[in-house]
Amino acid sequence: MNLKLKVWRQAHADDRGTIVDYDAKDIPEEASFLEMIDIVNEQIIEDGGEPIHFDHDCREGICGMCSLNINGVPHSKERGITTCQVHMRKFNDGDTIWIEPFRAKAFPVVKDLVVDRSAFDRIIAAGGYVEVRTGSAVDANSVPIPKDKADAAFDAAACIGCGACVASCKNASAMLFTGAKAAHLNLLPQGEPEKDKRVLAMVRQMDAEGFGNCTNQYECEAACPKEISADVISKLNRDYAIASAREAVS
Amino acid sequence: MALNSAIPSGPIDMKWTDYKANAPLINPANKRKFSVIVVGSGLAGGSAAATLSELGYQVKCFCYQDSPRRAHSIAAQGGINAAKNYQNDGDSVWRLFYDTIKGGDFRSREANVHRLAEVSTNIIDQCVAQGVPFAREYGGLLANRSFGGAQVSRTFYARGQTGQQLLIGCYQALEKEVARGGVQMYPRTEMMDLVKVNGHAKGIIVRNLQTGKIERHSADCVILASGGYGNVFYLSTNAMGCNVMAAFRAYKQGAYFANPCYTQIHPTCIPVSGDYQSKLTLMSESLRNDGRIWVPKSADIAAKLREGTMRAADVRDEDRDYYLERKYPSFGNLAPRDISSRSAKEACDEGRGVAKTGLGVYLDFRDSIERLGADTIKARYGNLFTMYEKISGEDPYSMPMKIYPAVHYTMGGLWVDYNLMSNVPGLHVLGEANFSDHGANRLGASALMQGLADGYFVIPSTLPSYLVNETPGSISTDMPEFKEAEEKVTERLDGLMKVGEKGKRTVDSFHRELGLLTWDKCGMSRSKEGLEEAIDKIPQIREEFHENVRIPGSAGALNMELEKAYRVQDFIDFAEMTCHDALNREESCGGHFREEYQFTEDDPEVQSGFTNPGEAKRRDEEFMYAAAWEDKGPGNKPELHKEDLNYEFVKPSVRSYK
Amino acid sequence: MKGLINSVSLFWQSSIGKKIVVAVTGLLLVGFLVGHMAGNLLLFAGREALNEYAYFLHHMLHGAGIWIARIGLLVSLVLHVFATIALTAQNRAARKERYAHGATQAASRSSRMMIISGLVILAFIIFHILHFTVRIDPELAEMKDAAGHHDVYGMVIKGFGGPVVSLFYVVAITLLCSHLSHGIASIFQTLGLRTRKTAGATRALSWGITVVLWLGFLVIPLTILFGIVKDPGLDAGHSQSAVEASSTSDKH
Repeated sequence: MNLKLKVWRQAHADDRGTIVDYDAKDIPEEASFLEMIDIVNEQIIEDGGEPIHFDHDCREGICGMCSLNINGVPHSKERGITTCQVHMRKFNDGDTIWIEPFRAKAFPVVKDLVVDRSAFDRIIAAGGYVEVRTGSAVDANSVPIPKDKADAAFDAAACIGCGACVASCKNASAMLFTGAKAAHLNLLPQGEPEKDKRVLAMVRQMDAEGFGNCTNQYECEAACPKEISADVISKLNRDYAIASAREAVS
Repeated sequence: MALNSAIPSGPIDMKWTDYKANAPLINPANKRKFSVIVVGSGLAGGSAAATLSELGYQVKCFCYQDSPRRAHSIAAQGGINAAKNYQNDGDSVWRLFYDTIKGGDFRSREANVHRLAEVSTNIIDQCVAQGVPFAREYGGLLANRSFGGAQVSRTFYARGQTGQQLLIGCYQALEKEVARGGVQMYPRTEMMDLVKVNGHAKGIIVRNLQTGKIERHSADCVILASGGYGNVFYLSTNAMGCNVMAAFRAYKQGAYFANPCYTQIHPTCIPVSGDYQSKLTLMSESLRNDGRIWVPKSADIAAKLREGTMRAADVRDEDRDYYLERKYPSFGNLAPRDISSRSAKEACDEGRGVAKTGLGVYLDFRDSIERLGADTIKARYGNLFTMYEKISGEDPYSMPMKIYPAVHYTMGGLWVDYNLMSNVPGLHVLGEANFSDHGANRLGASALMQGLADGYFVIPSTLPSYLVNETPGSISTDMPEFKEAEEKVTERLDGLMKVGEKGKRTVDSFHRELGLLTWDKCGMSRSKEGLEEAIDKIPQIREEFHENVRIPGSAGALNMELEKAYRVQDFIDFAEMTCHDALNREESCGGHFREEYQFTEDDPEVQSGFTNPGEAKRRDEEFMYAAAWEDKGPGNKPELHKEDLNYEFVKPSVRSYK
Repeated sequence: MKGLINSVSLFWQSSIGKKIVVAVTGLLLVGFLVGHMAGNLLLFAGREALNEYAYFLHHMLHGAGIWIARIGLLVSLVLHVFATIALTAQNRAARKERYAHGATQAASRSSRMMIISGLVILAFIIFHILHFTVRIDPELAEMKDAAGHHDVYGMVIKGFGGPVVSLFYVVAITLLCSHLSHGIASIFQTLGLRTRKTAGATRALSWGITVVLWLGFLVIPLTILFGIVKDPGLDAGHSQSAVEASSTSDKH
């Protein structure tokens, strides 16, 4: 199949950047979306140009490295998958495809479609962990966790930290990410002792990174490749309110 | 140089205990004077960096990804083994030890494997305490399953994403230490070379991938946890960025590379669909619990299936060959990975393969859907079925899946002793990057176990053995060794860019060519002729690469083509060494199958019905050793050093899964 | 004390803190709207009922009640507006670069115009207060009923007599309800009351309240505009303005 691509090109962080048109020719429909860009890149390189830079690694939907806003939606309009899992058979011959980087002040563009998502690491460093020194753990079965709780924690833990929630949000809010990471640990008995401290620290770091805030439109939920529910945002709000109240009086 | 594996004496189950009781300690006030470099942030590197920082060492951790959480450990689906015996089904440390030794086809080191089995239980405790959401029973206790052919249920799992959950736990511990100031994290930073001072590993030269800047880092010791080399085959289940450069650069600096020919081919991957393909996708091995693997009995039917004139579902039962069930009645579809993979290749070589390319076999759920109902199957494998459908465009509920083996894990790696230190003093190697625990074949759910064992529990106890003789802080990046190493790196990059400016062929095209050759000659089965042919051809690829590779852009900025180029440059040299190893090992064992060495009708083991003709034939008398290769400079054959494997506690036997 | 002030200030500075302020003040304002609408509907019970109700409001707690309520509402409104404007500024800053090709998947139309609908509502509130509370139109200000109380009934019917004012009310109330259709549901989310199980119920509840408010508020101007409700006139014949200086005492 043949396609028209409109791709964001930006030489470096301080470059202004612009949309550039490319023709993607003879793309096999079994190819993945990233393989389609690979093919276009081979052509660009052979023609003496610099290939389109984009982040990617595992190419099986789990590492969270691939990004891309495809036709206005992070990881494409197809639900529950990452960009690397998008296949060309979902497009039609002659389609025009817009490819842009994830946009957010907290995710500055590094080059072309590559953005810097280290803000997420700093949110985790602020409190997204259980403080347990290696070797000091008790026997794994000494704390039973009801299956529904464990499952709910898992649903939140499924986050792969790709940043699609931020990219899809018109406010570039990281609430789904932060909510998921906090909910994962807050729901478990192991995470209970540090719950208040964790929530307060993570939210404050999230704000400091320059993410926007949630206006409850659930674009993030629709864009999340792991289909994490916006319930985690509700929980984050609740946990934050309770933690703030406790902090104020204790 | 003689290889000293430094295995403690004493009974197998006391070695580690005694070692810990007698190992030197560094007092807490002194620990913080020591600095440690960790390359790689996967399960092995991440857990080591976090734990060493907790102990007080100053740690610098490097990864090429944009965040330590993305290391490829994340892609492991199945689970992690531990000898907890929570299921009361007769498991024990000994049994896990024995299974791992046997699974490795008696080519691993007993003492290391026993230690691995011992600490396996601590890993689960640690991970649960970190909040890893392992599967649980309704009573709230941990669930287990049997995995990868094990006859006990000792595998802990977290849906289909155990690796991801374990790595998140480890990454969170790492970030906790980053926040505390114990770990300095360097993401998007790639190790370009190892720096030795007086023969000891004391630093690394790195390239900041974002800016292209070359930087020097010194420390009192260096830990490599940079993963495996599966991408030498171009197509593998590894992430696109996985590469062997860190380990290979250490090899170039004198570290021995052991058993590179041991590569694991995973039986259940989605077949290749075209030459544009960039990677292969693994389907969890757990599918083999309920799926039945078959090809048509006749090549004619297979041809019709390939052409699409016949549907798989219409092949009559009497025309199907459930070859694993036929050949290995007691293990059936759960036969170990190497055996399942090779059987699939055999069937396809006989012209009975399916999928357009003829390289595929069926994994059929028809019978289990009939027996258990589609809902049960959906509950067990729903996400995998969805994933398959997305990639292949076919519905596995109504049509059998097509699968084919693909490179998945590499058992070989830098040679290390019991302390996980290589023959270069100060250079420690953890996880998939070392060679130590899996022998010639790795069992399912053991990679995660080894990575975390090395990082959380082994290296913290063994590192002081080296450090105790070192003066902390005696190394500075101003030393001439660092300057020299940096210049070498800059020279190398300049050389590449110079060729790259005028070259015509893309890096990928070279990688593809190398991969095809390596897969063909040094893949699922190898022969003397084939390997010699590969050893002949690889220098040609290298030569053309150095004359005609195209690299646009500059070295002083983010340049992904340059990154690929220097990685492929090392893969080319690495492939050559691997072929030498495969050629040297004139036997078949685990992931290494030499066509010349297989059981035939003439062997007593076949006549007695113990094994089948065509099965791998080990030659313990001649090859009961780990082959550690020493670099002898460009164009020269590496030199072989042998570490004899002494089986004191287990008696090697023919590995039969019949 | 210092610690407490510090905590409160951190809460206000945080994005979630401000959102919670918006939610709580929003909840108060919705509560007011429900009461206001219920009071308005007394119009259909006749002049006496409505005017007595108005008289009661103005005289409960010796006249202090209405001021407590007014101050409460004013503070809520100011906080609500102030916090949302601050949040919106933050949000705009968080995403300076727009997509060349954007797309919306989940966000409702109402949710995407909250700040616009909010500002229009603010303008409407000012107009509405001037119209019916301050009564800058002396004609409306001076109406008295038989008991000598301010004739709210007559004022409303007269106030909605013209199509321009009524139409403005219809547009404003519709925007208000658009605002509420997203706003009420958001209260549950922001206060952390929305869970997997309650999500459906909260959505239904917020739509229910919104629709009831929309109907309840619009039925008055529309029935008056279309002449379904008419002012039958006062027995004493002074339904029309009687300009007396003292009557301003009812004006609060």
